[in-house]
Amino acid sequence: MTRGGRMPAWRRFARRPLGVAGAAWLLLVLLGAVFASAIAPYGPQVQDLSSALSGPTMSHPLGTDPLGRDVLSQLLFGARPTLVGVAAALIAWLVAGVALGVIGGYAGGVTDAAISRVTDLLLSLPVLVVLLVIFSVFPDALVMPMAILGVIASAGLVRVVRSVTLSVREELYIRAARVAGLSHPKIVLRHVLPRIASTVIVQAALFAGVALITESGLAFLGFGIVLPAPSWGGLIAEASQTLSRSAWLLLPSGGILGLTVVAFVLLGNAIRDTSTQAWAAPRQVAARRSAPAASSTPAIKEPSPAERSGDVLLSVEHLCVGFADRQGAKPVVSDLSFVIRRGETLAVLGESGCGKTITALAVLGMLPPGARRTDGHVLLDGLDLTALAPREIAAIRGRRIGYIAQDPMVSLDPTFTVGSQIAEAVRCHRGGRRADARRQAVELLDSVNIPEPEVAARRYPHQLSGGMLQRCVTALALAGSPELLIADEPTTALDVTIQAEVLALLRGLQQERGMSLLLVTHDWGVVAAVADRALVMYAGQLVETATPACLFNGPAHPYTRGLLASSPQLATLGGRLQAIPGSVPAPGTWPAGCRFAPRCPEVEDQCREGPVAVRVAAPGHLSRCLHVPSAEAARQ
Amino acid sequence: MIRLVLYRVLWSVPLLWVVSALTFVLVSVVPGNAAQAIAGGDASAAQISTLSRQLGLDQPLWAQYWHWLDRAVHGNLGTSLVTGQSVSSVLGSRLTVSLTLIVGGTLVAGVLGVAFGIWAATRGGVLGHLVEVGAVLGLAVPNFWLGLVLIELFAVSVRIFPATGFVPFGQNPAQWALSLVLPVLAIAAVGMTMIAVQTRDSMLEVLRRDFVRVLEANGIPRRSVVYRHALRNAAIPVVTVIGITFVGLLGASVLVESVFALPGLGSGLTTAASQHDIPVIQGAALYFTLVVVVVNLLVDVAYGLLNPQVRVR
Repeated sequence: MTRGGRMPAWRRFARRPLGVAGAAWLLLVLLGAVFASAIAPYGPQVQDLSSALSGPTMSHPLGTDPLGRDVLSQLLFGARPTLVGVAAALIAWLVAGVALGVIGGYAGGVTDAAISRVTDLLLSLPVLVVLLVIFSVFPDALVMPMAILGVIASAGLVRVVRSVTLSVREELYIRAARVAGLSHPKIVLRHVLPRIASTVIVQAALFAGVALITESGLAFLGFGIVLPAPSWGGLIAEASQTLSRSAWLLLPSGGILGLTVVAFVLLGNAIRDTSTQAWAAPRQVAARRSAPAASSTPAIKEPSPAERSGDVLLSVEHLCVGFADRQGAKPVVSDLSFVIRRGETLAVLGESGCGKTITALAVLGMLPPGARRTDGHVLLDGLDLTALAPREIAAIRGRRIGYIAQDPMVSLDPTFTVGSQIAEAVRCHRGGRRADARRQAVELLDSVNIPEPEVAARRYPHQLSGGMLQRCVTALALAGSPELLIADEPTTALDVTIQAEVLALLRGLQQERGMSLLLVTHDWGVVAAVADRALVMYAGQLVETATPACLFNGPAHPYTRGLLASSPQLATLGGRLQAIPGSVPAPGTWPAGCRFAPRCPEVEDQCREGPVAVRVAAPGHLSRCLHVPSAEAARQ
Repeated sequence: MIRLVLYRVLWSVPLLWVVSALTFVLVSVVPGNAAQAIAGGDASAAQISTLSRQLGLDQPLWAQYWHWLDRAVHGNLGTSLVTGQSVSSVLGSRLTVSLTLIVGGTLVAGVLGVAFGIWAATRGGVLGHLVEVGAVLGLAVPNFWLGLVLIELFAVSVRIFPATGFVPFGQNPAQWALSLVLPVLAIAAVGMTMIAVQTRDSMLEVLRRDFVRVLEANGIPRRSVVYRHALRNAAIPVVTVIGITFVGLLGASVLVESVFALPGLGSGLTTAASQHDIPVIQGAALYFTLVVVVVNLLVDVAYGLLNPQVRVR
C-alpha cells in the first residue's frame, strides 16, 4: 500500500477483484461475439421445432426459443449487433464530447457560450423519442441512430471536459508554454487530454452501460435489427411473447444484458478508485509514519480545593480524548484539567492543532465521528456530563451551555430565515406558541445590538454581513439563557473593525447575564480584551495558565513566550515579529518527554527524559516546564 | 425568481422549434415513403405521385414546414395518415395515460429513493452498502425486462395484478389502479436507485457542515436538525436528480407502455414510427418536448423555493 503512488496503474487496478471480474466478463463477451461462428454449438437460424422452448438441457445448455433455436448460440451471435451499436454510440459520444468540451473550454468567449447553449438544448431532448423518429425513417439502421444517441448524450461529457480544460488553460505552466511558442494542438494533446483521461474513461464505462440498455430497448421494440437476425433485446421480446408458456427465456437474455452492464459499471468504478488512489497515496504514507503514542503523563491533582468551591460552574478533570485509528486510539487531548467560575471568562490559547476545539466539543458532548473521550470527566455545576445519556446531554445543550462557532457565514442554515431559526431554538427551550417565540427571537436580536431586528429576522443568512451573522448566532446561543457560553474563535473570520464590536458585545452580555465564557482563540488581543484567565494549550496538554496580566508580564513557559513574541498585536513598532520555528506535531507523533522540546529554544537533555508535570510558578499560575523553580508546590 | 421562470419559458421556445424542425427534416428525408406507405406496396408510381401532391409532399421542405408550423401554432397538428383521425385527439387521451404512468413512477421513485437515501445516510452500515449495490443494479436491470419479470411473478405465477392492458379511471377506478401498479413499479426502479444515491451523498455532505453542529450545540433537537434543516439543504441537488429522472422516465415509458400494452404516448409513437405516420410522429415528438419543458420549469421553481439564495437576492 505504501508504494501505491508509484505502482503502475494496471497493477493497482489488478488489486481490485470486482474491476478485474468486470473486465474479464467484457473480454469474454467480446471474444464470444468475434468467434461466434467457431464456438457457437448451432448456427443462429438452425431450428429444431421438436425441442422448442425447452429449458436447459445437455444439448442446449441455455435452452431453446419458440422455434427451437439454441439460446446460447443466439446470445453469441446476437452480441455482434449489440456490441457494434454500443461501439458506435461510444465513439460518437467520445468524439463529440471531448471535441466540443476542449474547444469550448480552450477557446472561451462566443464559441464557449454557443457550445454551452447547444449542450443545454441537448440535455433537454428526450433521447428515445428522437431515436424513434429516426427509426420511423430508417427502420433497419443501427450505427447511425446509435451514433446520434452518443452525440445527444455527450452533453454531460462536454460540461466535464470543458471545466477541466478551462482550469488547465488558466494554469501558469500552460501560459508559459504558450508564450514559449507551443502550438494550441500540442498543448491540448500534451497537457489537456492526459488530465481529462481518467474522468473520461470512468464516464465512458457508465455510458457504455446506458448505451447497451438503450440499444436492447430499441431491439426489444423491433428497431435497429433486421429479423430474424438475433439480438439480446430481440430475445427478450421473444421471451415476452411466450411468457404465459415459459418464463425461462427471460433469464439468459436479461441475465447476459444485466451482467454486461454491471461489468461496465464495475470496470468504471475500479478505474475511478485506481485514479483517485494515485492522488490519495502520498497522504497515506504520511499517516503511516506516526510513531507509537506517547505514554500518558502521570495524573496530577491540579484544581486546588479552593477552585472546586461552590462558585465553580464548569470543571474539566483529567480529560483525555483520542481518535480511533487502525493502531488503536491516537490521543488528541491528554489529561486536561481546568475550571471556569460563574461569571468568569477563560480564554484557551494555542496554535491550530493543539486540541482547543476538540476540548470545547468534548464539553458539549459533541465529539466528531471517530473521536472518543478515553478518560476524565466534565462537571457542570457538579453534574457529570460525561455520565449522561445522549438524550440527557442534548437537553443541556442550548439550555445550560450555548455555542458560537468560528465562521458565522456557515453557522446558520442557509435555507431558513435567521428569525425562524432563533424562534425554533426559543420554542425548543421555553416552549410556547409560534408567535411568542417569534417575538422573543426579535427581542434576542435586539439584545445583541442588531439595528432593525424585525427586518433582520426576516433575512436569510446570505443577505447579512459576517458581523451581523455572528450577532445572530450569538442570539441563537442565548435563546436558552445558558449559564456557560462556548465561543470557538468567534472573531477570527471577521473584519478587524467588526472584531472589537463583537468582543464588546460578548463582554457586555456576559456581565449583564452573569454568564461564564469559554473562549477559544489564538489571538492575544482577544485575551487582553475579555479574559479573566488564560489557558495555553500545546499538543493536547495544558502548558500554562494564569491571569492575562500575569502571562503578558511574566510568561513562565517558553511556548507562551514564543506565542507572545509572534503576536502581531503585541509587537513593538519597528520590531521584528518572531515565529516559533517548526510546527505543532500531529497527534500520535508527540515526543515522550516535554512535547515542546523539539521546538524549544531553552531545551536541555532532561526535558526529553520523561513526561513533564505541571508546576506552580506563583499562586494561580501553573506551568508545565522544568525551568520553573518550585517543583514541590504542585503537590498541594 | 420571476425572471428565472420567464427566462426558462423563453428558452423553451427555441427548444420546441429545434425539436419540431429536426423531426420535420428527418421524416422528410425520404419523401416517397409516406405516400408509398399510405398507398400500399402495390400502388403504381402515378398513384403515389398524386397522393404526394395531395399531402403537399411535392413542395419544397421549408414550405411544408412553414405550413405545418402555421397550423401547429393554431393548435392543429394535422390528421393521422393511417386512421384519418386528428392528431391532437389521438394523442390527447394517450398523453393522459403516459403522464399518469410517469408522474406515478416519479412519485414512487422520489418517495422511496429519498427515504432509502436518508436512512442510508443516518444509519449507514448495511443499508449504506445496499444503496450502493442497488445503484449498480438500477443501472443494469432494463425497465422492460423488469416489467416482464413483474408480470411473470405477480400476474402469471400469482394472479394479483392484470398482466397487461389499461382500464380508464372513469370506467373502474379500482381496476385502473390495479392496472397501473406493475408498470409504475417497473418504471420507478431505476429512478429510485439514482435518487437514493443522490439523497444519501448530499445528506452526508450537509451533515458535515458547520451549521448542523451549531444548531445541535444550541439545543435544536437532532430530529429537527436532520429532517428539517439538513434534509431541506440536501434536497436542492436531489430535486435536480428527480427532474432528470422524470425526463428519463419519458423514454422508459415508451418501452414499459409497450410491455404492458398501455395506450400511452410512447406506444403511440412506436406504432406511428413503424407505420410511418408522419403527422402523428411529429405531434408525439412535440408533446414529449412540451412535457420536458414543463418539467424543467417545475424543477426550477422547486429549486428556487428550496434555495433562498436563488429566490431572494
